[in-house]
Amino acid sequence: MPKVRVATAWFSGCSGCHMSFLDLDERLLEFAGKAELVYSPIVDIKEFPDSVDVTLIEGAVGTSEHLHLLAEIRRKTRLLVAFGDCAVTGNVPSLRNPIPRGEVLHAVYGDGSIPGLEEGEVPQLLPQALPLHAVVRVDHFLPGCPPPPDRIWKFLRQLLAGKEPELAPQDLRFG
Amino acid sequence: MKEIKVPVTRIEGHGLITLRLDRGGKVAAAKFHVTEVRGFERFCQGRTVWEMPGVTARICGICPASHLLCSAKAGDAILAVRPPRPAEVLRRLMNLGQFIQSHALSFFHLSSPDLLLGWDADPTARNVFGLAQAHPQLALDGIRLRAFGQEIIAALGEKRVHPAWAVPGGVRQPLSPEARDRLAAKLPEARRIAQDALALYEARLPEWGEEIETFGNFPSLFMALVAEDGTWEHYAGRIRFVDADRRVVADGLDPARYPEYIGEAVEGWSYLKFPYFQDAGYPEGLYRVGPLSRLNCCDRMGTPLADEALARFRAQADGKAVTSSFHYHYARLIEILAAVEQVARLLEDPEVLSPRVRAEAGINELEGVGVHEAPRGTLFHHYRVDEHGVIQQVNLIVSTGHNNLAMNRTVAQIAAKYLTGRKVNEGLLNRLEGGIRAYDPCLSCSVHAVGRMPLRVVLLGPTGEVLDERTRDA
Repeated sequence: MPKVRVATAWFSGCSGCHMSFLDLDERLLEFAGKAELVYSPIVDIKEFPDSVDVTLIEGAVGTSEHLHLLAEIRRKTRLLVAFGDCAVTGNVPSLRNPIPRGEVLHAVYGDGSIPGLEEGEVPQLLPQALPLHAVVRVDHFLPGCPPPPDRIWKFLRQLLAGKEPELAPQDLRFG
Repeated sequence: MKEIKVPVTRIEGHGLITLRLDRGGKVAAAKFHVTEVRGFERFCQGRTVWEMPGVTARICGICPASHLLCSAKAGDAILAVRPPRPAEVLRRLMNLGQFIQSHALSFFHLSSPDLLLGWDADPTARNVFGLAQAHPQLALDGIRLRAFGQEIIAALGEKRVHPAWAVPGGVRQPLSPEARDRLAAKLPEARRIAQDALALYEARLPEWGEEIETFGNFPSLFMALVAEDGTWEHYAGRIRFVDADRRVVADGLDPARYPEYIGEAVEGWSYLKFPYFQDAGYPEGLYRVGPLSRLNCCDRMGTPLADEALARFRAQADGKAVTSSFHYHYARLIEILAAVEQVARLLEDPEVLSPRVRAEAGINELEGVGVHEAPRGTLFHHYRVDEHGVIQQVNLIVSTGHNNLAMNRTVAQIAAKYLTGRKVNEGLLNRLEGGIRAYDPCLSCSVHAVGRMPLRVVLLGPTGEVLDERTRDA
């Protein structure tokens, strides 16, 4: 049986969801037997590849770069998963949403030549940090801050077996 | 002018290297950009000091316990209390767990594929899964050592990532005897894995001569906390700066008065600011933090196995400071061993199970600074509050920020060595990234410092001449 092509991406988040994925510990080796990680912060592939079966995206959509990459990922992915509370709801990154973007940037960088107000050598900060489904169609939501490893595993095993993933009510809690 | 862009992978965050070439194909300029910001300093304003450990832990999922503890320490200062000793024992334990898991992640999961599979290995296999194919025992060891660090954190705070446990005044709950025994039972394996990794690394050192020479090998200052008697320290202590000869440049500095000796510059091409040692100015005041720096700054590790390893480490530079950033890996492995030894010590502390873990108090000071050593270096949380404990101002200097100047200089050094002509190959690009990876930059953490202290902005023209310069005072 060919391995399932899985990708992960990291937008505006803290990497805690990726850490929780690594907290699968020995189960990572079982994962590697069933799936191939074709794009992720923990592997070296620089371009998002074609025809990916499942992509887990951590973090809210916070910069122009995320916006472009999200569109590309959606185009090339069969099942797109909002991975963790920032991707599902906006969570902590969206705490800045009530504050004008310029005010946020000036609070951080002062009054000089500041990064992020305009598109330049770094991507522009979007006016709002958005959950994924505000921008593209999302097939599955895997909540948690971060989703605990057992929840991730329960979810992934179903996907890797070609099933529609189902989560019990206790797996739908924040935190 | 040709420009090459290299998205940096296998690091913890969002980064980009750009290289500008001249007509002859030589590197005209090299920059390491951090491409993300979230704005914690601003959106934390208006929240209470009690919420800060939980909120700022979300700065980073890799070292959440470091932010949690540092934030609680800033809260201690605002409450004007000293947490009971058992709380300090337990907080130290959690921070050591954080060191073990984060350092194991950096070495085994992110960096060892380069070191053991080779700089020119197939990029599709040059990752932790490829490592598991080629060196199954090593990959399993890495997974188990990292898990041990995470289990220490979970034994105290009930979750591996983002435990809501440390609070201003202490911690929420004590350690149970069962959890203590469970951790103690795992110590022998953790010690064995740390020793094996260190032995493997030391045996391979002769093969990496060229990388040691070019991965950020230059004289600089080093900054770290050390204990009152000069011993390696991760939780308390005073700030020390040493130079490339390991001469002490400044010592016994009060961490809470950091704005007097650390400045921060902003460049429009990176979301990450550029801290510098004020006495030397910007950018000459380049200093490094983290494992390499802590080992260069301290007089001794304070535990037997780690002290033996420190002697071998020092021998790399005849007792002077080890100035190659490649040796961050070496220092990191020695710190894992030290942390495992210290965990063993703390688990036997007579007060480790004590329920006296929290001092209760109200808002007694309107300003507080928390400082300790996170895995990647010295971490500062600085809050101002009103009479009700509502946050008015936040300043964070995170470990990776301190290393920003050094990382940029490292990228330039590697590019100058390996990028000749117009040929760009995989091995060369991976060395650029490898140079960055040596610092184990946590870009998730790094983009949150605020310009509350004197801020210098320098505008440079195309040939590097200073067009404009502006300094903003606090």
